[in-house]
Amino acid sequence: MTVIRQAQGLVSMFFSLRSPGIRIYQCLGKRSFHRINSIICSENVTSKFDDKPEFPGSKSEFVSKLEFIEPDNIKGIPVYRALGRNGNIIEESEDPKLDSSTVLKMYKDMTLLNTMDRILYESQRQGRISFYMTNYGEEGTHIGSAAALDPRDLVFGQYREAGVLMWRGFTLDQFMDQCYGNVNDMGKGRQMPVHYGTKKLNFVTISSTIGTQMPQAAGAAYALKRAKDGLCVICYFGDGAASEGDAHAAFNFAAVLDCPVIFFCRNNGYAIFTPVKDQYRGDGIASRGVGYGMMTVRVDGNDVFAVYNAVKSAREIAVTQNRPVLIEAMTYRIGHHSTAHDNADYRSAEEVRYWDEQDNPISRLRNYMIINGIWDEKMEREWKLESRKMVMRAFADAETRKRPSPDEMFEDVYDVLPKHLENQLEEMKNHVKQYKENYPLEHHEKLT
Amino acid sequence: MASCILKRLSSSKKQLCLLLRLETTAKNLAATRHLSFTYQPETASAAHGETTRMNFFQSITSALDTVLETDSTSVLFGEDVAFGGVFRCTVGLKDKYGKDRVFNTPLSEQGIVSFGIGIAAAGATAVAEIQFADYIFPAFDQIHNEAAYFRYRSGNQFDCGALTIRTPSGAVGHGALYHSQSPEAYFAHIPGLKVVIPRGPIQAKGLLLSCIRDKNPCIFFEPKILYRSAVEDVPSGDYMLPLSEAEVLVEGSDMTLVGWGTQVHVLREVALMAQEKLNISCELIDLRTILPWDVDTIAKSVVKTGRLLIAHEAPITGGFAAEIASTIQSECFLNLEAPILRVCGYDIPFPHVFEPFYLPDKWRCFEAVKKLSSY
Repeated sequence: MTVIRQAQGLVSMFFSLRSPGIRIYQCLGKRSFHRINSIICSENVTSKFDDKPEFPGSKSEFVSKLEFIEPDNIKGIPVYRALGRNGNIIEESEDPKLDSSTVLKMYKDMTLLNTMDRILYESQRQGRISFYMTNYGEEGTHIGSAAALDPRDLVFGQYREAGVLMWRGFTLDQFMDQCYGNVNDMGKGRQMPVHYGTKKLNFVTISSTIGTQMPQAAGAAYALKRAKDGLCVICYFGDGAASEGDAHAAFNFAAVLDCPVIFFCRNNGYAIFTPVKDQYRGDGIASRGVGYGMMTVRVDGNDVFAVYNAVKSAREIAVTQNRPVLIEAMTYRIGHHSTAHDNADYRSAEEVRYWDEQDNPISRLRNYMIINGIWDEKMEREWKLESRKMVMRAFADAETRKRPSPDEMFEDVYDVLPKHLENQLEEMKNHVKQYKENYPLEHHEKLT
Repeated sequence: MASCILKRLSSSKKQLCLLLRLETTAKNLAATRHLSFTYQPETASAAHGETTRMNFFQSITSALDTVLETDSTSVLFGEDVAFGGVFRCTVGLKDKYGKDRVFNTPLSEQGIVSFGIGIAAAGATAVAEIQFADYIFPAFDQIHNEAAYFRYRSGNQFDCGALTIRTPSGAVGHGALYHSQSPEAYFAHIPGLKVVIPRGPIQAKGLLLSCIRDKNPCIFFEPKILYRSAVEDVPSGDYMLPLSEAEVLVEGSDMTLVGWGTQVHVLREVALMAQEKLNISCELIDLRTILPWDVDTIAKSVVKTGRLLIAHEAPITGGFAAEIASTIQSECFLNLEAPILRVCGYDIPFPHVFEPFYLPDKWRCFEAVKKLSSY
């Protein structure tokens, strides 16, 4: 039985030295996993072997003592933070030094999103829209990441990334038209609310299936790499989605096939009612990245500047080196999963209140802005009123618009309407015309 | 005599002779075991130009070569694709077009298909290979919930029409449960998808080119038993054959026989048997596209003959013959002289040593023809 020794200090992760200027942790100058049951860095182990493993599957080194790696003894991957809760820059060198108009846009987008969320959540409660999902607590992950990307970078989201759309210019009208599924909905009334998509803003339409977007993002990145436009893909997913098989396929394919994709995990602590302790046993999602051969970092998702810095650097790596990067943004889901899941018994009210009041991306950025003299109470009051007015107006407009004609139900299944769907369309129209009083035709544009 | 000769040879030469004899016996056995029919080479349309003698897998290579040549965004990928593929369909393509265009993927069907969806959604042409149709199921979610619905759910802002999935399918003589399946029926139930099954090399190249260029995600099933055994003069150039159009191969007046892929050749021999032994004239139709399928051609034939037999290797319950039977009885009820008959695999997993008893072979089909004609 070997004597087991505890590792000292922080876990050392190895990154390649391909990109100068990116801070890396080094140990022994080689890319390898640490062993925690003996001191690796400081101990000089005399090798009992004069040969090295030549297996195609792995070329590391031989050891003569049997030792298992005990994951519980490894300290978690540290969380990168640039902006303190009080709005103070922690380290000068990590200050992104964004100009005030960018910071103002960040704040206004986060708060406008928040205001829109409150009103649309309420509208579902009143039966005006069928369903809604809020973004409370995660606004920082959206805005920080979106601000660091090129607007032409392709976005594959999960469903809680409305702030990315807001940053890129998706209007309040467009958000609400989709939720109402009216004639202006870019999705043509086909999907549940919050399943946004816009080709113009390079945001791929959301689908309800969890994690399916991840390997697609890797493929899209491969195509973008071949197109040589200097663009990348960002793929958002949650702590729950990371358990899906598609996540594993995504990470592996992206790494093996050298895809310029940023995998951005919003680890908000919950997947519907399931806390992370029932989702994974290891050190979150970041710990898996190195296993796939991916550059990895964990950041404070409630810190807009940390998120911004991480995505900016990740983008640089992805685009210049054609390789994937994994960012795990730690955050907290202040709201419920959706309007259909508001049973509050799965967590305590104190826990929610803590995050809402003490560690909130919006208040943190506001503190920074106040310290730096670009925001004050008067501006706050005025903006609150103005943003609410904007949302209410868009809301009222969206509500008045009709839904698309039922004719359109058959379009876009294929690029061109095939014969059997032409027949079914005729059948539907004839039926509805005959029994029209039983169908909600008054809410729709006319049947042809 | 052979044994006398053998005695005189050195031991290593004896071993070699023995091996050659065994190999020949094996091949003969294999030939008789695999194919219950003789493949009849077809003649390509003169409109498609010069031809080259090719077998089925070579016609696939030719189609893929054409795609890579004419579409600079196109890429091919899947397990073992780089070295040429387990059925040699991609031989030489990596060397010709480069490893960024013809490449191996890790072993994950859900990854292969979804990677392809991403490529297609980003505007490039993706041809994904699933090594055996029996292994396509991990990708079913991506095919059904993602690929097929991509255009519809986005309001036509996004689509993955540039995705084609090609995969070997069908009985091969010894494939058993996991190297013999014909899963077309599962995919026929997915709105937004196209499903195509060719019967030979000329059809395969033309239909594959159509699938790849079609603006909807397509699944292309390649009957693996035909890879080597089907040889004909295939147009060397670029040509396409239409999707969603069934083809009447043999005109007839007494009954209609419908099949696809390998089964077309079985039915061809059944039609000959029916003519010779029963003096029954059968109209033989290759459906070619399973989804969306050509109702009109089948209906027109049944209106003429009044009797319909559909045959496929896949198990009978819920198989695609059920869809055809249901639609045709509805469209052609008054023209039918007999119930529609289906000759299919039994409702069992595809067995190994029992394959000859499982398949809808020409004897079972012939018996069904007799039943139909004497109703």
